[in-house]
Amino acid sequence: MYNLEEYSAKVMDHYQNPRNVGEVENPSGEGTVGNPACGDVMKLTIKVENGRIVDAKFKTFGCGAAIATSSMVTEMVKGKTIDEALKISNKTVAEALDGLPKIKMHCSVLAEDALKAAIEDYRKKTARQEKKA
Amino acid sequence: MKIIYMDHNATTPLDDEVLEAMMPYMTDKFGNPSSSTHAYGWEARRAVEEARGQVAELIGAHPEEIIFTSGATEADNLAIKGVAHAYRDRGSHIITSQIEHKAVLETCKYLEKQGFKVTYLPVDCYGMVDPEEVRGAITDKTILISIMFVNSEVGTIEPVEKIGAIAREKGVLFHSDAVQGAGKIETKVDKLKTDLLAISGHKMYGPKGIGALYLKKGVKIESLIHGGGHERGLRAGTENVPGIVGLGKACQKAGRLMEEEAKRLTKLRNRLYQGVMNGIKRVYLNGHPEKRLPGNLNLSFEFVEGESLILSMKNFAISSGSACTSSSLKSSYVLLAMKVPEALSHCSLRICLGRSNTEEEVDCLVEELSKNVARLREMSPLYKEV
Ligand SMILES: Cc1ncc(COP(=O)(O)O)c(C=O)c1O
Ligand code: FES
Repeated sequence: MYNLEEYSAKVMDHYQNPRNVGEVENPSGEGTVGNPACGDVMKLTIKVENGRIVDAKFKTFGCGAAIATSSMVTEMVKGKTIDEALKISNKTVAEALDGLPKIKMHCSVLAEDALKAAIEDYRKKTARQEKKA
Repeated sequence: MKIIYMDHNATTPLDDEVLEAMMPYMTDKFGNPSSSTHAYGWEARRAVEEARGQVAELIGAHPEEIIFTSGATEADNLAIKGVAHAYRDRGSHIITSQIEHKAVLETCKYLEKQGFKVTYLPVDCYGMVDPEEVRGAITDKTILISIMFVNSEVGTIEPVEKIGAIAREKGVLFHSDAVQGAGKIETKVDKLKTDLLAISGHKMYGPKGIGALYLKKGVKIESLIHGGGHERGLRAGTENVPGIVGLGKACQKAGRLMEEEAKRLTKLRNRLYQGVMNGIKRVYLNGHPEKRLPGNLNLSFEFVEGESLILSMKNFAISSGSACTSSSLKSSYVLLAMKVPEALSHCSLRICLGRSNTEEEVDCLVEELSKNVARLREMSPLYKEV
């Protein structure tokens, strides 16, 4: 069992004032992932310039923890290189939010998966462009 | 900040008059009703018997047909296990529905492990059991049918009267969990044709930890709790006198207020429903449009997950059937049994109005809902302006 009272102040802040909601225009990469555990969906779009993530935006259908981790991951990736961004895991996102109720840890996996998917998409796109060039 | 309570199906606040009636039995009048030798015992016994009369009155039973229990969970257990064990030589088949409270479902599951066969009837998209399906499920081994009166999540009022008539015709005992109906809408055992019926104090402005089982004269049950022979040997243990007095008073008051309050809550709920439907697009009603509990509204706001919606309206106490709010990460089994699409089950909100709620509060909820649904839809990858 858990109850909503267990959400940290940081989770509530990111839930109530989510950062970077929406979609980046002409994204360098995008990832849409679903959470099979409870049927929630996150879409992450990123803009990459000179190997660095300069912008990231999200759209999420899911619980408070899913929205808060989405918001947090967009903040964490900004300014990071692709390799640095790949080191972000669901645990580091959860830690940055001062933790999540145990039963909500799987929601942070959504954020990690969306990030990996967006980077994967970016890599595919750049590989294609390099081939063309 | 005052949090507006709109979760009256989960529990209700204790009524002031009820508390007042209970107080003496927690202080000066502490006697044990079994103490037959002195006045402390006598006054406690009188209080218990007066309460028994009040409970009986509400449901149209005889006082001697009322057994006090620790709540409806125990009453459901006592009814189902009690009949199963008392009538085992007659058969081993029980019929219930997929949308019963866990107190019934888990009891039935337990009995399955003991060798009983249980049929869990499906429901239609409104959460309604079809009496003809009940008839079709009866075999010569069937000893009990257990169908709830009002569903606690979606508010659907089941055709208990018709099921009761079928049970009588077939000579099968009929139990109904009437926790959500008793004290809110007319709940009379002769009209509903039930042989057993469970009620709970805390759903009708009485205290928690007290309930009652109606057991029709002539129906046998095996006791679950053995001891000093209390409650005609069917439920041993020194009576919870303050709780019983509270339940009695709560029944009496609910009976007095019922007609008017049901009308008021129906109007209030319709106002809420109209407000939501006028202000917000793509909202779906879960449960029956007419045959539903006066204060109950269960809605799905497409593209908006229930927990996130509740979280954004922290000054309202409401609940959701979304998977995200459950520890099992499964959406409400009631909504799933009604074949509400999985996606919409995540988006459900249950609002249960009660005595304290006003038009202003309802209007305020509509406003908050409109604002937050719009905000969360903006954030939802599933939503496109339509
Ligand atoms: C339909 C129904 N049955 C049984 C119960 C259990 O009642 P109690 O809390 O008194 O054990 C409840 C309430 O949770 C209920 O809503
Ligand atoms: S997204 Fe469903 S529990 Fe978090």
